[in-house]
Amino acid sequence: MQHKVIDANDVVIRFAGDSGDGMQLSGTLFANMSAIYGNGLSTFPDYPAEIRAPKGTVAGVSGYQVHIGNHKINTPGDFCDMLVAMNPAALRANAKWLKRTAMVLVNDDAFDDMGMKKAGFTGNPFEELGIEDRTILAAPITKLTEASLEGSGLDVAAVHKCKNMFTLGMACYIYNRPLDFLYEYIENKFSKKHPEMVAPNKKVVYDGFNYASNIQAVPNTYTVAPAKLEKGTYRNITGNQATAWGLMAAAEKAGLPLFCGSYPITPATAILEELALYKSLNVKTMQTEDEIAGICSAIGAAFAGNLAVTSTSGPGLSLKSEALGLAVMTELPLVVVDVQRAGPCTGMPTKTEQSDLNEVLYGRNGESPLVVVAAHSPANCFDMAFQAAKIALECMVPVVLLSEGFIGNGSEPCRIPTMKDYPAIKPHLVKSCDGPFNPFKRDPETLARNWAVPGTKGLEHRIGGLEKTHEGVLSNDPDNHETMVRERAEKVARAACRIPELKVDGPESGDVLLIGWGGTFGHILTAVEDMREDGKTVSFAHFDYINPLPKNTEEVFSRFKRIVVCELNSGQFANYLRGILPHHEYLQCNKIQGQTFLVKDIVDAVEKSL
Amino acid sequence: MAKYTFKDFKSDQEVRWCPGCGDYAVLAALQKVLPTVCEEKGIDKEKVVVISGIGCSSRLPYYMDTYGFHTIHGRATAISTGVKVANPELCVWQASGDGDALAIGGNHFIHAIRRNVDINIMLFNNRIYGMTKGQYSPTSRLGAITKTSPYGTVEEPFNPGSLVLGAKGTFFARSMDTELSLNEAVMLASSRHHGTSVMEFLTNCMIFNNGSHAELSDRENKADRIIVLKDGEKMIFGKERDKGLVLENGRLKVVRIGENGISEKDLLTHDSHSDNLGLQTMLAEMKYPDFPVAMGVIRDVQEMTYEDGVCDQVAEVTSKSKIHCVDDLLKSGSTWEI
Repeated sequence: MQHKVIDANDVVIRFAGDSGDGMQLSGTLFANMSAIYGNGLSTFPDYPAEIRAPKGTVAGVSGYQVHIGNHKINTPGDFCDMLVAMNPAALRANAKWLKRTAMVLVNDDAFDDMGMKKAGFTGNPFEELGIEDRTILAAPITKLTEASLEGSGLDVAAVHKCKNMFTLGMACYIYNRPLDFLYEYIENKFSKKHPEMVAPNKKVVYDGFNYASNIQAVPNTYTVAPAKLEKGTYRNITGNQATAWGLMAAAEKAGLPLFCGSYPITPATAILEELALYKSLNVKTMQTEDEIAGICSAIGAAFAGNLAVTSTSGPGLSLKSEALGLAVMTELPLVVVDVQRAGPCTGMPTKTEQSDLNEVLYGRNGESPLVVVAAHSPANCFDMAFQAAKIALECMVPVVLLSEGFIGNGSEPCRIPTMKDYPAIKPHLVKSCDGPFNPFKRDPETLARNWAVPGTKGLEHRIGGLEKTHEGVLSNDPDNHETMVRERAEKVARAACRIPELKVDGPESGDVLLIGWGGTFGHILTAVEDMREDGKTVSFAHFDYINPLPKNTEEVFSRFKRIVVCELNSGQFANYLRGILPHHEYLQCNKIQGQTFLVKDIVDAVEKSL
Repeated sequence: MAKYTFKDFKSDQEVRWCPGCGDYAVLAALQKVLPTVCEEKGIDKEKVVVISGIGCSSRLPYYMDTYGFHTIHGRATAISTGVKVANPELCVWQASGDGDALAIGGNHFIHAIRRNVDINIMLFNNRIYGMTKGQYSPTSRLGAITKTSPYGTVEEPFNPGSLVLGAKGTFFARSMDTELSLNEAVMLASSRHHGTSVMEFLTNCMIFNNGSHAELSDRENKADRIIVLKDGEKMIFGKERDKGLVLENGRLKVVRIGENGISEKDLLTHDSHSDNLGLQTMLAEMKYPDFPVAMGVIRDVQEMTYEDGVCDQVAEVTSKSKIHCVDDLLKSGSTWEI
């Protein structure tokens, strides 16, 4: 058989196994290796809520999808070119994601009676799943790993933990990836604390690579050339990491200490974890006793003059509602990061959704508007966190930054920016005033109130949740209340002056405008690009700023015949637009499955709308 | 540094508590001690912050000419914590009622104590919800008849001292609205204590729970029903100064000096600074009529504060870290060139 090396534009690989099989690590390593090689890249970890669900069951399957390409990659990919399934359950759970041309690499040793039974197979699993026509590569990975590490001195459990590295070695052969990166990773990880693990890990990767090569496991191997990316220094970053870093960048630009009060919650916890690492950047983090204390300690820190942050996910945001109202009322700068997950209530904690929009827009008592922005990709979390903090500090308003499990956990390579390219942040601080200090006297342009922090001489004043006059005096006066309600709303509305206009990707006018917000960006963009390749004319506008909307929104909408709003909920943004810009008809493309869109979902919705 | 008098701490707002409310006494005491607090700490008054939750007593910040924050129900402790951690140079005082601190805010209350954040919590305990017009609180006595317990409550109250000491609090003191000089003494001791201080003030609610601690404040009998604990002094009480406390079989016991061969030297000597949490807890839990109710500083011990721990860690990590600006951070770890 003639072995060929095929140049692919892009490939999607899905690593799946038991939650203890190390598939998140295999996926991450393959992604990082590809990033360093210069590929375009997008990843998505898809893991169960249980840390270790019953071994071998479908509920316990953990997956990590990597999409690499010779061009900029915007989604983790709908279907995969290769599935690594470490056990029968992983095969069952992921068979539906196989392309027709896909290759399946399974650990044959795990397909014993017990494994088959746990996954509910009675006969040939490939036939049962209707995937017997795919290229199936069944390797006795457990036995091969054992053989590779015979005499290494590692115990059986430690040897079995190395199966993922053997598999990764095989994947490196199939996709023509040199092993240097893995060697370096292994050395960095183990040489200090577990030097005895360095040699065995290197060996097992090497043996996996050679095994695939020796048995001529696959008819062809593949290469994916580096993408033509802008020159510069790159790094891989997850959305949660980028959010934390963007907040630290904002604190630095504002010249303020950063305070984060949070309570651990999936999938937002990594933001608190990340901030906790960088105390040297004038960061204080507090893991509080509950979600309410998270936001309340942050509000206290905002009162005391810090850039104050709290991070959470949907159920946590529900708990923070009253305190968020306090931040609205006292007009303190505060950034609340909501990494959305499928709800309601506990919902599906590890699954992505965009269903907290109504909650952040409307989920407080009274007239309680605040600024809402949304990040659209892992790397974009950095910019949006920066912007959220900038608006909060300059407009004296709480800002909710919406992220999602998908982009929070997902990663992509990003060109490292330098802070000198970022704008200054000018907090609305006052150091002195003529005459008595009026805490709710407003800046005529932005309507921001003055921020006098404790410790500032002569500006002693009281704020609180009760309605007050501009002078800060308690008031139940009907006219004063209406004035203050309208001013707080107007202040939020005027933030529109400092946000970028809505951009249209594709023709500036036409039949169809696709609308998205948040983490659906990559899928919609890919759908639009695919449709254009098929000769269709579609335009796309993505909202990073939700409240207020960009100033030109109405004008952009009026140039299109049909507007299709794509979102991972039942139509919350569409309804919001209907309320603000009722003169347009909004078609909807929705998905509420705790999963991202498939590019195909969007293409189908557009076709239906035509 | 400026010299202050109590007038410097009075705001221009009219105090709007009901006539005869016990809260007036606590407010007055705070305004009177703050000049001394500022002097002792060497700080100007703009460093003083008064924070409160919701309830009658939580209106207190409006009456103080300091930085003040009237927050939301139950959360004062969490907000005070944020203020203190964000800027440890501030001198933070908190006003909370029994509902605010012990019902809706119970979680924040015990966790602040556990962390030992240097805040001064003034717990106004009138054993009733006054602002909502007379419902029972977590400190209402068993059987209390209120609007929401027309047939009497069927739940035991909290003793705030038990909660504080149960959470290994580093400072607990008790006073009552009628004890003007003790109120000030307790506040000064609280100010000198580095860590979370809880001061329980028994306050009367004229309207909804009049006589909430009348048996203790009653001038005729007070001396027999309370004991004001003072460090280094024997635990003596009574109109005739003839009663005292001893430990017998591991329990407190009231004895009479001169009876059964008991002399003053046999009585317990108070030591709020000792690590004898068990004895301090027993003192805090003494209930009339079996015992006199303990007043004064019951426990005052030194432990590391949370904000010091946070700041020390920031300083240590900063001195060792290679990352001193966001550009350093962005370039750290695994990067590659294209």
